[in-house]
Amino acid sequence: MVNIADPPDGYSGNGFFATSLAHAVGLARKNSLWPLPFATSCCGIEFMATMGAHYDLARFGSERLSFSPRQSDLLMVMGTIAKKMGPVLKEVYVQMAEPRWVLSVGACASSGGIFDTYSVLQGIDRIIPVDVYVPGCPPRPEQIIDGILKIQELAGNEPLRRRNSKEYDDLQHKYGIE
Amino acid sequence: MFTRKPDLDNIIVNRLKELFGDDFYSHEFQYDMLSLTVSKTLLMDIMGYLYEDSFFKYRFLTTLCGIHYPGTDKELGVVYHLHSFTHNHRIRIRAFTEIGDLHWPTATGLFPTANWMERETYDFFGIIFDGHPNLIRILNVDDMTDFPMRKNFPLEDQTREDKNDSMFGR
Amino acid sequence: MTEPLENIISANADLVSGDEHREYNTLNLGPTHPATHGVFQNVMHMDGELVVDTVQTIGYIHRAFEKLAERRPFYQITPLTDRMNYCSAPLNNLGWHMTVEKLLGINIPKRVDYLRVIIMELARIGDHNICNSVIGVDSGALTGFVYMFQQREKIYEIYEEICGSRLTTNLGRTGGLERNFSDKAWGKLRVFLKEYPKVLKEFEKLLVRNRIFMDRTIRVGPISAERALAYGFTGPNLRAAGVDYDVRVMNPYSSYEDFDFIIPLGTNGDTYDRFMVRQEEMWQSLSIIQQAINKLEKMDDKETYHADVPDFFLPPKEQVYNNMEALIYHFKVVMGETDVPVGEVYHCVEGANGELGFYLVSDGGRTPFRLHFRRPCFIYYQALPEMVRGSMLSDAVLTMSSMNVIAGELDA
Repeated sequence: MVNIADPPDGYSGNGFFATSLAHAVGLARKNSLWPLPFATSCCGIEFMATMGAHYDLARFGSERLSFSPRQSDLLMVMGTIAKKMGPVLKEVYVQMAEPRWVLSVGACASSGGIFDTYSVLQGIDRIIPVDVYVPGCPPRPEQIIDGILKIQELAGNEPLRRRNSKEYDDLQHKYGIE
Repeated sequence: MFTRKPDLDNIIVNRLKELFGDDFYSHEFQYDMLSLTVSKTLLMDIMGYLYEDSFFKYRFLTTLCGIHYPGTDKELGVVYHLHSFTHNHRIRIRAFTEIGDLHWPTATGLFPTANWMERETYDFFGIIFDGHPNLIRILNVDDMTDFPMRKNFPLEDQTREDKNDSMFGR
Repeated sequence: MTEPLENIISANADLVSGDEHREYNTLNLGPTHPATHGVFQNVMHMDGELVVDTVQTIGYIHRAFEKLAERRPFYQITPLTDRMNYCSAPLNNLGWHMTVEKLLGINIPKRVDYLRVIIMELARIGDHNICNSVIGVDSGALTGFVYMFQQREKIYEIYEEICGSRLTTNLGRTGGLERNFSDKAWGKLRVFLKEYPKVLKEFEKLLVRNRIFMDRTIRVGPISAERALAYGFTGPNLRAAGVDYDVRVMNPYSSYEDFDFIIPLGTNGDTYDRFMVRQEEMWQSLSIIQQAINKLEKMDDKETYHADVPDFFLPPKEQVYNNMEALIYHFKVVMGETDVPVGEVYHCVEGANGELGFYLVSDGGRTPFRLHFRRPCFIYYQALPEMVRGSMLSDAVLTMSSMNVIAGELDA
């Protein structure tokens, strides 16, 4: 069975379908997220499982991994981010083009996890804004998929002007990103 | 369990006593391993002898690590684990130094593998290995000034604000 | 970035050799390059496509395991060992338990030993499985990865039946295992033993005599036995160079002396040999698991899953609620009231990457005074510049993946 995405709300008649631009763009963005896997440790192995044949992330339109930050929509941070790694992560985030989303996978990326130590960054939200957190140490592939579905929800319902709004600018400034 | 070889242990102990004298080292048996405590000045001579000698052939450096006993006169130490494949026998060699005198002889001449292990020990404990080809920090950030594995260095991240110490009786 | 590349290079200038009249390019590989399978940085000096030298920077995932271990009771260190080599977590867990048991002088029943052997060999299969299929991916054969990873899911399922967790297993307790194998676990294990050889055979057909794969891997990243020993290699990487050192045989632990298996050896120490050694080790592990099952079936005892050490082994939960003695022991274990001997102990197991050692210094307290992990990755990864010098860049990537460098183990 071919799985086709449901159309958004709109008017349809004989040979035409009308909907708002935001809905149409949201539909396209939502179902073709290109993730950038920023896998540092254990959660990265669970991500491999997510990409594998058993869990198959391709079902949700995200099988095309983009290892170049400039062509990706979704930054998936998986694993512990040490303080030495922090600036690298921020650099990768800055290089991504808008619109961009961030998924923080696992306890370490979200809060430092069990590694409350001098060398570990206590959550990546100290250096970059995060859209969705996935708990678990490491989360099961189902949870990672759930996180991606949550990102899809955000991407599908995002107003077109959000990225130009003052609130969004303020958020970026808060993290020192121009 | 490693196989204890009491004969070999005795040969090592006696031979080292003959060569280096009683004053410079002591030995004990910890579980299944012979553990020698030697002075820093003789360390390389003893390891070199055990490496070169055609009978012993302790030519595999299993691991090397630092240790910190705060409040004693010989605070910092380095522990070597050597392995002789010929005899399938392991020994442990320990040496200690005062906190004021951090210089230490390097083992990179004997074992190339000591390169990173000594960098790690420098990174964690601040022991300066003289003659090391490239003694810079390896695991921690380069601009760190402390040596984190010393007992007086705090473990926890100091920038966290969400912890209420009174809840933990601290 | 933490430091400009020029500084790193000039700091390591004495390591870089070469003719100063030639022009070299500098290429930065990492710390998050997809081809490195982990976070470590290589600044490579290139003469065209040839690698002249590489300067390694590690520590991008330094989590301070050793410091953290000094604050945790013995039984709470198991989760830390999980996260070291996360591709084969049970091996690390059980290695740690054996270290503590050695310190405490606990004798483990044969049945527990055999159960542990099954788990450890499963973990070894799982680890080699990833490593070899990733060598395939790096040489351009993604198919093998998809096949093999599906079997790794089966191993995960067995773990789940044994301990309830998939990847970071936190498996076993001081003195034994946390529970007996369930019937479901035995069933899944049998199915795995039946199915896995077929898949492994298929995987071998895909790669082993594949001309492209052979051309990409033979004589790539070689190391001689002498240099490998000098660099402290252990495990499959050392055996690929032709040294028959295996902790399971040299210093048997967990009743490995009862099993009959072959240590595969390579001759050239190149990427192909490392691949083949791992491949053969998977077959041997399957045979060891089968032998262990046969031995267990012959035993009358089907219940023992831990040694009788109430001072260190948590009593079953249902007894804690109903039984006075169990409650007392539960508190004693959790609060760390039992005396621990003072002493130093070194124990090592044959991890998936080599000799995984634990050097534990106990001062009698409930936490270790000092705990040092001998992490095989950390020790052999420093040989990379020597192994890739003069080879092509794409071969350097293959060499790196065939060494199976796990970032968590590398950086502690």
